[in-house]
Amino acid sequence: MIRYAAARVVESLVVIALMSFAIYALMALMPGDPIDIMVQSDPDLTPADAARLKALYGLDKPIAERYGNWLAAAAAGDFGHSRIHHRPVLEILGPRLVNTLVLMGATLLISLAIAVPVGVASALRPYSTADYAINFVALAGISAPPFWLALLAIMLFSVNLGWLPAGGMGGLDEPRGGLAGLWESARYLILPVAVLSAASVGGLTRFVRAATMEVMRQDYIRTARAKGARRGRIVFRHALRNAMIPVVTILALSFGTLFSGALITETMFGYLGMGKLIYDSIIGNDYNMALIGLLFATALVLFGNLLADLCYAWLDPRVSYR
Amino acid sequence: MTMTALLECRALVKHFSAGGGLFARQRATVHAVNGVDLALAEGETLALIGESGCGKTTLGRVLGGLYPPTSGAVLFRGAPLERARARARRAIQMVFQDPFAALDPRMTAGAIVEEPLRIHRAGGRRERRGKVAALMNAVGLSEALLDRYPHEFSGGQRQRIGIARALALEPDAIIADEPVSALDVSIQSQILNLLRDLQDARGLAYLFVTHDLAVVDFIADRVAVMYLGRIVELAPRAALFAAPRHPYTRALRAAAPEPGRRRARRAALRGEAPSPIAPPPGCAFHPRCPKAEDICRRVAPPLVAAGPDRAVACHRPEAP
Repeated sequence: MIRYAAARVVESLVVIALMSFAIYALMALMPGDPIDIMVQSDPDLTPADAARLKALYGLDKPIAERYGNWLAAAAAGDFGHSRIHHRPVLEILGPRLVNTLVLMGATLLISLAIAVPVGVASALRPYSTADYAINFVALAGISAPPFWLALLAIMLFSVNLGWLPAGGMGGLDEPRGGLAGLWESARYLILPVAVLSAASVGGLTRFVRAATMEVMRQDYIRTARAKGARRGRIVFRHALRNAMIPVVTILALSFGTLFSGALITETMFGYLGMGKLIYDSIIGNDYNMALIGLLFATALVLFGNLLADLCYAWLDPRVSYR
Repeated sequence: MTMTALLECRALVKHFSAGGGLFARQRATVHAVNGVDLALAEGETLALIGESGCGKTTLGRVLGGLYPPTSGAVLFRGAPLERARARARRAIQMVFQDPFAALDPRMTAGAIVEEPLRIHRAGGRRERRGKVAALMNAVGLSEALLDRYPHEFSGGQRQRIGIARALALEPDAIIADEPVSALDVSIQSQILNLLRDLQDARGLAYLFVTHDLAVVDFIADRVAVMYLGRIVELAPRAALFAAPRHPYTRALRAAAPEPGRRRARRAALRGEAPSPIAPPPGCAFHPRCPKAEDICRRVAPPLVAAGPDRAVACHRPEAP
């Protein structure tokens, strides 16, 4: 198991290295570079100045060579400065990553807290009115695009009702002490988390329902009934334990989807997380920042995959990695 | 029968509503068990035989308390099952057909065998552990295997675990639903021998649901032949094999392969069994019966006594 995990980590590092080149090349191929933006914003810069600056920053060199330089510096621990923030990229990344993990963590918890009981309830009475209603709502949640939901939520809860802030952080990035401070900060989380959860909870509910229904059909559930187990014991000890195997897997795999969903949602709510960071960096031609942001996103997805496989082996005694 | 039977059913009916779907005008009803009277005596082995879909598995499950009957009564030691549920649940245990599917893949063999004891709060932790080890030994498995998961066992070993689990509560009767049909023939005989040894040692009664006449011949004291939800013949094993009185039993016996007998002599049944959704009027067997007469198409024959300890449901039974 340890060996397997170690091998997978090495594999992931290789993927990240390959991804770094792919991302670097893609961004270099985008029209415009930081100097072009400087030229646009500063009419005093002559084309000669621009060419000199490009040579200074190495932007006139071929992509492979520029990537080589970046890689050499990165290997030494220097990931460069952010063009927009004028600070080392890792310094900026840290708190943003924490913000996004808070957002994703809260979303995951809420999605699970809703999807598992609702999905199981739905599976225990399949094709009942409640089941159809649950499926309808779940499908609506899956179908509604997050950016649209975000706009509706802002309209209703911020503009019309004035209950919650329309966006921003409200000091979430530097939490104040005390319960009141915590609540003040948490208020800014509610809408983004709600919108993200709405998107993920529907799919998860349907998945839990399918997994539970599948398990409830199994012979060993009948065996449990023959033993005289009560309904609660059958559902919790036998059905749920087995149904959770695919659910945990899909959860870990959904890291990526959740992350890309967070990108849009963070932008909609002006939430200072990784998604907004990557978005601003790409728009602003902040190469170093965008590169490291996307690499972290890649790493997060890879980590999710690894976690899924390890959970699988941990939950299912039939699976073992050597 | 003068003595109270261990387990008995009277006029038992079990219907299932089949599919239909959202837009179907009417839901179809499957008449899985259609009026069955049957009694299992203390310590005997009663084999329930019939072809696929005749309702024998359903009957076994209703008797095991897994399905509520649609109508009719199940009696445990003379008391209705609903009232004697707690006692009956311990006294009647089931062994299932597919040992690969019937064990929870996330529980160890030890936990599977122990669970009935936990559910019924039998004994403390150490006591239960000791009991589980004894049960494993009783079914011919080493206690060293207690911490293994089901997938680490062979089919025969898994069925032994299933039997150990069924024995945990020291039942009076075991309802075994095709317990060996998923196993290799060599393993089948091991399991059958084990079941017989356990019966001798513990005085168990078996209701043995099967379609395999060789298994019946090996293990049964009495045999009930089921066709389309009804018992058509009931007789001691030797008598049944020597002189079957229902035409269906005859056909079943003739269809079973026997070493040394030439193929040409087999009088196989013609056609398929009718659908239990729309059973034919009169005797359910008449469309396939070589001796069917007018009365068979109109009147369903009741199961009536026909000789010592036997009964048959036929208007024109074979001569004894």
